[in-house]
Amino acid sequence: MPDLKKLNDLVIQVRRDILRQVHKVNSGHPGGSLGCTEFFVALFQEIMERKDGFDMDGKEEDLFFLSNGHISPVFYSVLARSGYFPVEELNTFRLLNSRLQGHPTTHEGLPGIRIASGSLGQGISVAIGASEAKKLNNDSHLIYTLCGDGELQEGQNWEAIMYAAGNKIDNLIVTVDLNGQQIDGSTENVLPLGNLEQKFKAFGWDVVTIEKGNDLEAIFKGMETAKGKTGNGKPVCVLLKTVMGNGVDFMMHTHAWHGKAPNDEQLETALSQNPETLGDY
Amino acid sequence: MKKYTDSGKKDTRSGFGDGLTVLGTTNKNVVALCADLTGSLKMDEFKANHPDRFFQVGIAEANMIGMAAGMTIGGKIPFTGTFANFSTGRVYDQIRQSVAYSGKNVKICASHAGLTLGEDGATHQILEDIGLMKMLPGMTVINTCDYNQTKAATIAIADYKGPVYLRFGRPKVANFTSEDQKFEIGKAVQLQEGSDVTIVATGHLVWEALQAAEALNEKGIKADVVNIHTIKPLDAEAILKSVKKTGCVVTAEEHNYLGGLGESVSRVLAQNHPTPQEYVATQDTFGESGTPEQLMEKYGLNAEAILNAALKVIKRK
Repeated sequence: MPDLKKLNDLVIQVRRDILRQVHKVNSGHPGGSLGCTEFFVALFQEIMERKDGFDMDGKEEDLFFLSNGHISPVFYSVLARSGYFPVEELNTFRLLNSRLQGHPTTHEGLPGIRIASGSLGQGISVAIGASEAKKLNNDSHLIYTLCGDGELQEGQNWEAIMYAAGNKIDNLIVTVDLNGQQIDGSTENVLPLGNLEQKFKAFGWDVVTIEKGNDLEAIFKGMETAKGKTGNGKPVCVLLKTVMGNGVDFMMHTHAWHGKAPNDEQLETALSQNPETLGDY
Repeated sequence: MKKYTDSGKKDTRSGFGDGLTVLGTTNKNVVALCADLTGSLKMDEFKANHPDRFFQVGIAEANMIGMAAGMTIGGKIPFTGTFANFSTGRVYDQIRQSVAYSGKNVKICASHAGLTLGEDGATHQILEDIGLMKMLPGMTVINTCDYNQTKAATIAIADYKGPVYLRFGRPKVANFTSEDQKFEIGKAVQLQEGSDVTIVATGHLVWEALQAAEALNEKGIKADVVNIHTIKPLDAEAILKSVKKTGCVVTAEEHNYLGGLGESVSRVLAQNHPTPQEYVATQDTFGESGTPEQLMEKYGLNAEAILNAALKVIKRK
């Protein structure tokens, strides 16, 4: 088992990075970012096999694609703290002439980013394409992607989900951030997703559910199970049950902080709940 | 004037299919994706020769574009194939974000463009695709005129790194450009030399422009005929050189006059050398069912329309 104390310190530091990034520019998406912090830390620190440095083709390493690009604050923080670019660059989030655009993009050449995302519903398709390329290159590494639950309302996902099963894309692990929230309210009220486990299974996927999606141990265990299901002729879906805004009490269990930055006072409260561990940028 | 002969009518989509077949053996990184129109796009041979590099995605164009973007990561050069309508309007956001903004080396190959799709009618006859694609930063837009040019263009775009929209069509049309031509992206082809009027044409209208030039010649009017196969980046130099000689221009395309080649030419002229211009294009309208010939006549997209536009624009000099 990985060093949980060390990873937990990183989780807390990433939360601080998220809050400070969005507070500085009074914009961005803290809720979903905080909800996926443990997943990103686990994925980039332990789960994925990554090479040093960054090249776009990413041969002979695992690749990750973020479909719900609005949770860029957590992506940027974890990329920086995993060595892709200087941590100080988090200071430029959403500023003019920055490589850290509001939504992630390859356009400014930020290491770690392989596709632009923000307009929802496109990530699984891109990930499938990268999975097919890996197969053609006889590269046995895996493709990971994360998408939001509300995002599954976009029809393109279901085109992709059908393709992946029909074409045995078994080097792909799609994780769905199941926080039950979207901009206008709960997914249940906006447009019910139904039983996603049954839906993915009916489409021919293997499904792994991680009930405690903000618990590092549960994430490792669930992702290990998911990895074990790859290479068996089926794509793998992980349903990651998370709490939006996790780690900041007043941001939890609500969609209110989907795309809203904390004010000075709120930032102070939020940071006091997550005392500095590895050093702020 | 130069004489052009039709070596036998052929469809431009077969030029694409045969070009893709060549690429299958010459470039191992080329992969092809198709959304349930393999026969229509003439991709059968590539599919038969390289089943491992051919990806049938079903009737799911959005997923096809996203997959193509993903396949570039790992060094593949994806060629997507479907009708022009489903290659552009249906998947505009996927192309915009996953391909153009992401700078991916995807070749979007679109058949059945324009009115010459014929009897299927307006739902399938896209006349807005050039405009849609040329507005995307970094997108190269090519509309080829015959079988040989389409085959050459298909082969050439594999060597260019960046997103390309390649537009061609369904009907069998005159095949008159040379079989061994070198296709240069962004470089106009001078087909006739003349000093009275410039005709700038793209796609199926190029052959019509040559017929119009012959008819004009019989009236003692010398037309300068320029084939613009690459609408973006536009060969402004060739256009300016021609209009400085002739003082007026007719643009001809199987596309809406809003957003098409004609507007691109107008911009170059307005900024550099204001010149009277007439547009042979559809006039902000949808198409309808009919044979290609009937439709091109009804919507004013043939040699006769180009001839009349030339006579009109000469008077405006």
